Amino acid sequence: MNSRFLPLLATVAIFILAYAVCYAQFPAMLSTRVIGNLFTDNAFLGIIAVGMTFVIISGGIDLSVGSVIAFSGVFISVMLRDTGLHPIPVFAVLLLITTLFGAAMGATIHFLEMPAFIVTLAGMFLARGMAYVLSIDSVPITHDFYSAIQSFYWLMPGKGRLTFIGGLMLVVFIAGMLVAHRTRFGTNVYALGGGTHTAQLMGVPVARTTIAIYALSGFLAGLSGIVFSIYTSAGYSLATVGVELDAIAAVVIGGTLLTGGSGFIAGTLIGVLIMGLIQIYIIFDGTLSSWWTKIVVGMLLFAFIVLQKGLVWFTGRNRASAAGTS
Amino acid sequence: MSGTARFLRRIAPQLITLAFVLALISVMFPGFFNISIANGRLYGSPIDILNRGAPVALLAIGMTLVIATRGIDLSVGAVMAICGAVSAWGITQGYDLGSTLLMAVVAGLVCGLWNGILVSFLGIQPIVATLILMVAGRGIAQLITEGAILTFNDPNLIFFGSGSLFTLPMPVVIWIVTGLLITWIVRRTALGMLIESVGINLRASTLAGINSRVLLIAVYVTSGFCAALAGIIAAADIRGADANNAGLWLELDAILAVVIGGTSLLGGRFSLIASLIGAMIIQAVNTGILLSGFPPEFNLVIKAAIILIILVVQSPALRTGMAFFRKPRQTDVAKKETVTQ
Amino acid sequence: MSEVANSRPLLRATGVTKIFPGTVALDHVDFTLQPAEVHALLGENGAGKSTLIKCLTGAYRRDDGDILLNGEPVDPRGTLDAQSYGIGTVYQEVNLLPNLSVAENLFLGHQPTRFGMISGREMTRRARETLSQYGLDIDPARSLGDFSVAVQQVIAIARAVNLSGKVLILDEPTASLDSGEVKMLFDIIRSLRDRGIGIIFISHFLDQVFEISDRVTVLRNGRLIGTEDAANIDRVQLVNMMLGRELEHETRETGKTDLAPGAPWLEFDDFGKKGRIAPFDLKIRPGEVVGMAGLLGSGRTETAETLFGAVTHDSGTARSRGEEIELRSPRDAVAAGFGFCPEDRKIDGIIADLSVRENIILALQARIGWARPVPRRRQAEMAEDFIRRLDIRTSDAEKPVGLLSGGNQQKVLLARWLATNPKFLILDEPTRGIDVGAHAEIIHLIEELCAEGMSLLVISSELDELVAYSHRVIVVRDRHHVAELVGADITTDNMVDAIASAHNGSAT
Repeated sequence: MNSRFLPLLATVAIFILAYAVCYAQFPAMLSTRVIGNLFTDNAFLGIIAVGMTFVIISGGIDLSVGSVIAFSGVFISVMLRDTGLHPIPVFAVLLLITTLFGAAMGATIHFLEMPAFIVTLAGMFLARGMAYVLSIDSVPITHDFYSAIQSFYWLMPGKGRLTFIGGLMLVVFIAGMLVAHRTRFGTNVYALGGGTHTAQLMGVPVARTTIAIYALSGFLAGLSGIVFSIYTSAGYSLATVGVELDAIAAVVIGGTLLTGGSGFIAGTLIGVLIMGLIQIYIIFDGTLSSWWTKIVVGMLLFAFIVLQKGLVWFTGRNRASAAGTS
Repeated sequence: MSGTARFLRRIAPQLITLAFVLALISVMFPGFFNISIANGRLYGSPIDILNRGAPVALLAIGMTLVIATRGIDLSVGAVMAICGAVSAWGITQGYDLGSTLLMAVVAGLVCGLWNGILVSFLGIQPIVATLILMVAGRGIAQLITEGAILTFNDPNLIFFGSGSLFTLPMPVVIWIVTGLLITWIVRRTALGMLIESVGINLRASTLAGINSRVLLIAVYVTSGFCAALAGIIAAADIRGADANNAGLWLELDAILAVVIGGTSLLGGRFSLIASLIGAMIIQAVNTGILLSGFPPEFNLVIKAAIILIILVVQSPALRTGMAFFRKPRQTDVAKKETVTQ
Repeated sequence: MSEVANSRPLLRATGVTKIFPGTVALDHVDFTLQPAEVHALLGENGAGKSTLIKCLTGAYRRDDGDILLNGEPVDPRGTLDAQSYGIGTVYQEVNLLPNLSVAENLFLGHQPTRFGMISGREMTRRARETLSQYGLDIDPARSLGDFSVAVQQVIAIARAVNLSGKVLILDEPTASLDSGEVKMLFDIIRSLRDRGIGIIFISHFLDQVFEISDRVTVLRNGRLIGTEDAANIDRVQLVNMMLGRELEHETRETGKTDLAPGAPWLEFDDFGKKGRIAPFDLKIRPGEVVGMAGLLGSGRTETAETLFGAVTHDSGTARSRGEEIELRSPRDAVAAGFGFCPEDRKIDGIIADLSVRENIILALQARIGWARPVPRRRQAEMAEDFIRRLDIRTSDAEKPVGLLSGGNQQKVLLARWLATNPKFLILDEPTRGIDVGAHAEIIHLIEELCAEGMSLLVISSELDELVAYSHRVIVVRDRHHVAELVGADITTDNMVDAIASAHNGSAT
């Protein structure tokens, strides 16, 4: 058994178990309606979580994504309000901005040799600040294109609705999986997480890869901002505060090692679904309060971190018994 | 060079920056430095800066020690919320002030102990270990307040937020006393040096017989303690515990204060006083923006700019670049030393 | 030395020189490698082996000298560049990524793609094909980290051969392998040699060197001592080249005969740690210098670390004046009156950013606890005292110790332990990498300390030095304490013999 699949298996097991518990109490939860809502409600989180998975696998972290979503929403709504442009060119400009923004952070991390944590912290402040500069108030979006997208869905068997944004999230996950496992860039991301120095010795273009990783995260944060604006029909600079933490939690619960080098995009999808499931359970239950979400997520985080620590320790010990040199 | 001169040289950049920010504000607002006394309490913008900056200053004290060991504590904002919630809960449940404060402080110490054990015994990276409490902490605080903003009217507890002692607002007294006390403890005992030693070279420190595990736990517990004080002040200030917003993002401000204070994120040499000045710089910028009529949210852009400047100044890459220019001189010195007797 | 090659050499390096500030790491070294040859490169730490390798692969810029590959001058600018010339390197710490799969490690950067996507099936197929050439039947899709160091080593070799294919440099490949694994590795090395690849083999295990090498080159202190056919040289000659007297030295007298008589105060029985050092007995008398000789990796540093509790022993007991003592951590050792100056000063010794004064009082302070700080004035006095007594050259006691030269850092470390008034001081290579003047001073100091009644355990690869100050010398080989020389028996020749004697199982 390949030990790197173990956290992923644990994630899947927890998800199935959690769903079984939910089903036992509320049989209504096993319906495509609930599943459709699960996808729609967590679409924006899922999309940034894909970017966050790449960042974390490479051994970094991106604290800016929540702010970038807020910035994107405000940017789109202000542009639509003030310029009369069609949303599509606005989306294109926005994605260009957020991608360049991510690339700039990646370049700073690589060339100034500073921790990703502090660089993306600056990015978080900057993006949120720029959102405020554009507008402090919530700006509603009323464009026919938006209404069209919002009313578009695919009716699943059992009357569940897979909305456009829910579907988009699935597309992003599939694309993420292909990039992670079927491209050289994907392998390079894992290589960086295994050790920057070794990766460099093995010929990985470290600078290019680092910049591309954060650019990708920036692009997906922009895309998530678009999705969030479709979801809420508004742009608000105070929106999605702390969503980066949810994304990091989803990635870790999805079985990705927070110290980098190991993880799966598919696991992150399940991580996002587990977090969504907890919320749905609390809503179905009615007596439980929303803060249990945070506590349960915290406990899952702890469990996964300790599990992975144990795995690392175990494989390390196995190998140390073979080694044991000076 | 005497100890005092060295100390002044160490904090000079922070002092100059603070003076510059204050001067800039006073140029725009000539009345800035006006301080008046009313009802036995000082009023005025400078006092306001000291007062408003209290939570970040307190957090920065613990954060400095944690960062000096090459760690980081992301949970302090959440711990603030927990301790604020505990104090509000305690007082509304009818406990007396002493028991309430004790419970809140113990809650902070327990949180610190949790972080410390994860870091030193389980060997989990500090940023990962403290993330757990950062995520779960607000949930725990909400559990205590049961989701509402738990308000109270106890004048004794409110005193910690808006009372005054020796004409100074109580929060100012608390952070200055705590800052001086902890500075005194770490510098009058050998703790400061041992913490720096562990932060610079954990392995060599352990080989020199230092009990690095206990030391690591101690700094996280201290950080929890400072967060508890900050949480009590924040709750007393608004006369209620707001589990969602108390201390929100203050861990980042505290880290920023430490970084402005010149302590490297890579651990080692630290200065608590410089971190406290750093916290005041952040608050002075906040107040300045508020006075100038810009929306307070512009702060974020300025903070981002500050971080960028510090990043460039502290960057190891840049240092290597500068060392390249300085190198000839340094090798000269080294040579001279090996030659001269 | 300058043996004329019959065929055109595959790799020829002449007059390679590398100067670091303060030391000449390589001094006009010549080296040739024939095709289809295994050429062992030997020498102690600091002899210049790794510097030579780094100059050959371009990881270091050499200051002088030429490198010819197949007669063409080459100037690789780094490991990757060297690879494209055909020179591949496999390091002791396997330089692969344990979190990637075996196939990914083999083909990273060169993965087979179809329509821009990596073809996993094709990659697995090719990986199987490559691995089967090396006699490995493993699933290439599994993580590299799941496999033993030996298998990882082979995969690293496979990658290096795939990408370079002319010269293969193996830097201590056998350091962490058991005998079966070594045999497998040697079979692979032989088959690669038979394919015409020139192999540079770095090892400190003499048995292995004789088993696999065609020729042997010995370096010492950055200079070429000689290149010999492995068939024309015996172990004693080889150890002599590595450690023995330098030719120009006059013959030294034997060690001290006036063995300190008193009863041993420290007794270690059956003390050891699995995988590091076989259980040994050791008795230490007051005022005694016990020398420890052995090649790199023989178990001498491991002995020191186990004695000091840096590595917790898993067998045996320690007694001090008849009382059993705990030795599970450096703290226990310090409490028992031990001190330890480790071999790698920068990583295990100094706290670079702290001042000379703070570094000196550190161990003392750690021992008496944080709550009772050594008074500042007392600290300054102690620092000044040691700076004067050990002649530490620093502008003042407040200078960060990282800015001092190696010899002075070593003296600061000595001062750190002397400040604790230790009864038993362990010095691991105290004179390595420091200049001649400081070298003599440290030897003088060792003699002085022992005259004051302190017991010392000194590990050194300078056998002359051990002869000069040791009352007893323990010889370590293959992680066993194999011989103990006392009094008149302490000679470099005896030590060389004991180190070189063929592997004959365990002895105590």
